[in-house]
Amino acid sequence: MSGTFIALLQRDLLLVFRNSGEIATPVIFFVVTVTLFSFAAGRDMYMLSAIGPGVVWVAALLSAMLSLDGIFRNDYEDGTLEQMLLAPSALSAQVLAKVLAHWLATGLPLIAISPILGILMNLDLTTTSVLVVTIALSTPVFSLVGAFGAALVVTQKKAGILLSLLTLPLCIPVLVFSILGVMAAASGQPVFGHLSLLGAFFVFSLTIAPFAIAGSLRLLAGD
Amino acid sequence: MLEVTNITAARSEYRLFQGLSFQVRPRQIVHVRGPNGAGKTTLLRLLCGLVRPDDGQILWDGIPISERLPEFFRALVYIGHENGMKADLTARENLHFAQRVTGAPAGLDPLRALETLGARALADIPCRFLSAGQKRRVTLARLLTSNARLWLLDEPFAALDESARAVVSDLVAEHMQSGGMCVATSHQPLDCEQFEAREINLGAKS
Repeated sequence: MSGTFIALLQRDLLLVFRNSGEIATPVIFFVVTVTLFSFAAGRDMYMLSAIGPGVVWVAALLSAMLSLDGIFRNDYEDGTLEQMLLAPSALSAQVLAKVLAHWLATGLPLIAISPILGILMNLDLTTTSVLVVTIALSTPVFSLVGAFGAALVVTQKKAGILLSLLTLPLCIPVLVFSILGVMAAASGQPVFGHLSLLGAFFVFSLTIAPFAIAGSLRLLAGD
Repeated sequence: MLEVTNITAARSEYRLFQGLSFQVRPRQIVHVRGPNGAGKTTLLRLLCGLVRPDDGQILWDGIPISERLPEFFRALVYIGHENGMKADLTARENLHFAQRVTGAPAGLDPLRALETLGARALADIPCRFLSAGQKRRVTLARLLTSNARLWLLDEPFAALDESARAVVSDLVAEHMQSGGMCVATSHQPLDCEQFEAREINLGAKS
């Protein structure tokens, strides 16, 4: 089983590496959106730091959505998904390998770039670090929930909007608690409660999503 | 041994076949024929456990396949319509990952397998640059990279030239000789007369 997991992880990372343009899109979107906001806010530094967490967060969420569409559809169209369904190891584990590869390729760069964007939005050091922690805890959730949405629309050719409609509502609780956490940090209040809730979201989706994804792939792609 | 008893399959309310029964024993080929849309691909997808039949049973060594799918998957290779290869990976990489993902008992090394199919020169070319026939050759090399007993081939000859067809027929013959089983759909004859071959005609009015 672990052999299959590592094989799929390696394969997907190699594909990301070969297609580096595709993978740069979410990061560029993230940086460009936040930068534009910092220009649009003009010289009002106070407003910039007031809207900062929200802007960085919404941009992170939307750019995470950008890369989800093809996560299973490419495999469905070229027949490799069929071969995954016929592999003896658990489909949920294979799916987890693919989600992990997706997170490493899209989530990790967002986390890495977010401190710079926090500073750009005139956030202080504590707020920025809490912002980074919330993004680090939430991007895995986006990958897991998004992969579930992508699995549900795997047979649809153009499903970008449908996919967003399916997954964005499921991501809103994460957004709300992240922003509350960053706001709390900005006003000097304790943030541990918000962060543990985000951790709980992560653990919950990590436990449920692989099975939900595997189930819907078997149902839709098998037929 | 693969036993199919009384299976019925429908595709969106349109019944493809009903009460179909046959067996595949070691050293036996089942050649599925029928006009386009008769349900040949559906039958193969049923046989490999991707889809469940609406009715009837499929037994592998006497046990329903749905009760021990992982073991059954280990015993089969399925070559479908789609080649199951990543366009950005080379032929060799594709075979290498397919071998590791399917977890079938390892057969030939990918390079040796490609050599047998006359595709050694394609080993390090990304699959997006290969022609349809070349892609098919690389896909069929999967048969050799595993030691699976049961081969399920959906139109194995599609896009292949004369010489590649002969190689594939030889491979099937060799597989039979070593006690393997094979179910293939094809519009062409399989050229394996020396082995017990059964023809199943789907869509024939009875």
